Amino acid sequence: MKNPIASLGLGGLLLTLLSLSPGASGSSASSDGDGAQPHSGGEVNIAIQPEPPSLMLPLVQNNPVQLIGGNIFESLLRYSTDLEPMPQLAKSWEIGDDGLTYTFHLYDNVVWHDGEPFSAEDVVFSVGFMTEVEPQARETMSHVERIETPDANTVVFHLKQPYPAFIMAFEVGSMPMVPKHIYEGTDYHNNPANAHPIGTGPFEFERWDRGSVIVLSKNEDYYQEGLPYLDTLYWHVIPDAASRAAAYENGTLDVLPAGSVENFDLERLADLPGSCITNQGSEMFNPFAMLWLNNREGPMSDVRFRKAVMYALDRQFANDVLWNGLGRIPAGPFSSKLPEHDDSIEAYPHDPEQARALLDEMGYNGEQIRLLPLPYGETWARWSEAVRQNLEDAGINVTTEATDVAGWNQAISQWDYDIAFTYLYQYSDPSIGISRTYNSDNIARGSPWNNVEGYRNERVDELFAAAAVEADPEARQQLYSEVQQILHEEVPLAWLLEMPQPVIHGCDVHNLITTGIGISDGFKNAWIESGD
Amino acid sequence: MSFWHRFARNRGALLGVFILTFFILLALLAPFLYPDSPWRMVQRPFLAPGEVEGFPLGTDAMGRDVAAGLAHGAWVSLLVGLISTLAAMLIGVPLGALAGYFGGRVDDVLMRFTEFFQTIPNFALAIVLVAILQPSITTIILAIAIVSWPPVARLVRGEFLSLKQREYVEAARLVGQGHVAIIVRQILPNALSPVIVLASLMIATAILLESALSFMGLGDPDLMSWGYMIGAARTVMRQAWWLSVIPGVAILLTVLALNLVGDGLDDALNPQLARQR
Repeated sequence: MKNPIASLGLGGLLLTLLSLSPGASGSSASSDGDGAQPHSGGEVNIAIQPEPPSLMLPLVQNNPVQLIGGNIFESLLRYSTDLEPMPQLAKSWEIGDDGLTYTFHLYDNVVWHDGEPFSAEDVVFSVGFMTEVEPQARETMSHVERIETPDANTVVFHLKQPYPAFIMAFEVGSMPMVPKHIYEGTDYHNNPANAHPIGTGPFEFERWDRGSVIVLSKNEDYYQEGLPYLDTLYWHVIPDAASRAAAYENGTLDVLPAGSVENFDLERLADLPGSCITNQGSEMFNPFAMLWLNNREGPMSDVRFRKAVMYALDRQFANDVLWNGLGRIPAGPFSSKLPEHDDSIEAYPHDPEQARALLDEMGYNGEQIRLLPLPYGETWARWSEAVRQNLEDAGINVTTEATDVAGWNQAISQWDYDIAFTYLYQYSDPSIGISRTYNSDNIARGSPWNNVEGYRNERVDELFAAAAVEADPEARQQLYSEVQQILHEEVPLAWLLEMPQPVIHGCDVHNLITTGIGISDGFKNAWIESGD
Repeated sequence: MSFWHRFARNRGALLGVFILTFFILLALLAPFLYPDSPWRMVQRPFLAPGEVEGFPLGTDAMGRDVAAGLAHGAWVSLLVGLISTLAAMLIGVPLGALAGYFGGRVDDVLMRFTEFFQTIPNFALAIVLVAILQPSITTIILAIAIVSWPPVARLVRGEFLSLKQREYVEAARLVGQGHVAIIVRQILPNALSPVIVLASLMIATAILLESALSFMGLGDPDLMSWGYMIGAARTVMRQAWWLSVIPGVAILLTVLALNLVGDGLDDALNPQLARQR
């Protein structure tokens, strides 16, 4: 049976709704279309969920830490919603023609929140700090041969070989600047300053009432004239999704970051008078939902079965109904937001007949397939129900395994699953966020984030390795295109959705999202209309 | 006066039978009325009851037919209620009978064991059991049976304590009947009426327990049950209240019906007590 959803167009309804809200698209760019002028003053109240374990972003990178920490800490660069590098602590930069030297020129009037001047020495220290505490930074910085500081406001990175993704490594969550004068020679994890983090950001830590509110106040000595506009940020800890929605409705909260409320509630909240919704600000992290297919065993080891799964899935339905039409159906393994994405690849359509034909051809004997949902709340529970129904409609027998977060981690990292839900950040470069899922040297029991589907293809390994260090953009694109074609044909796993990260906020909050990591980049440019 | 007459004198009990028959029929006919899976997404989501022909109770957040869910859910709820009560009886009746009949040491040991279960709050224990055993229809039935047998054991023990003094039991003993024969053939049939009344109420409790477990997401993920329907509709209560209310009313009516029937059975099986009221 064809799905009536697509024709009736719930997504269309939402689009209308989006275009009716003036801030929906306007809030994304630094120039608001409505001609309102930024002005200083005011406060903004934001939901934070769950309460962060710490605010020391360089040491802890959970989502809530990053949401708040992006105001306190900064890195050398920011990245636009098109993933172009933008100035942050570095006002300008040059990349050598050979792709081996990266020179950053820093703002010269930057001070830490405690009044000490910020300099190139802090950059060198921070790189060392992050490579020591964070595996991903270690990986990125492994391409660096040495770092030079010709003067206090210049830093030069010399690479061992060209690594084009290097310019994407200076996002605040991946490479925040850490004050050398506070952390040098100390035990990083037990430094008393962790409780009162010191950064260079537009807002300073003021106080934290555990279980209630985290308060940040304006950095009066910020190095960019006139910024930030806001005086105070209040991050409210409210543990229940329905209560957060209510707090937004009654005006206690101005901003609901992505994931604060259930997707089912988005439409209603966005529809309130003076309420805006935007899907921008997820470009850098690029959350990508997929189904692990355990390539090692059973029918999943047959490519025809894996293709049948792709044909069986009604991804448009899931996007329209569960994600309010805000996500995007991926054609293959690369998010369409990545420049390396190959547009010539076509998405598998929803075609149960084709799925049945493939199952017949391979001789699928009706074996029970276990489906492991992601235990992250209602949306994911409903999604797994829809996927189960899709698969059953195509003739695959499915049993759902009930699970919790620990059980899910355990089952996936021990490869004890048939089909399992997950989502991963693709980040801004395939060598950072995508190759890890398909490289055969990344098959290692014990982690739910590596190549847990057990896919092996030597050609794919070679292509990813070559593309990561290929300096010539065209040659690089060719390598990545070939990888995408192979993966699309072999379906190591089922690609579900480029997930939206809808943020709901009062339309009186302007310039909320100005970069590719959205609210996580802080409220540097945000301002609020003084309505009263 | 016949059993049926005494039962029928209780108007409420008749109403109970009527409602219960309706839900039993609904459960039995579900595969014929709604041959498709109740999980199937068949229409636009959030249709209000009656908004589109063919969907008298509307559709849920995923566009699934609420009426189909209700019918298939009736099967799950009644099945869980019935089987878990039977299982609880199978544990409780023998334990209670042994304790009451033999008394002394046996009684002490069995009753301490029973109290051990009685001291743990029912629902908490059921949650723990289901969570450990992984939610499925079997483990849910098992968990409900394990938390609900102690009252049966105590009731049966009490009956046995008083009945074993009766003359017909003495007589059976004198003619040389063994313990097993006396327990099964002499005392048990006479102790059954209060047990039957208790059983009807236990079915109601079991249905509530199953619904509560499903509501909390500990139901069998492959079975559509009323508790699941309410749990899934909780987050969309503001947009679609009927999604929670319809299965809620179904649970209410079924549990009410079982209680009314239980009262009726009590009247019919214990005529002396009924007359005193």
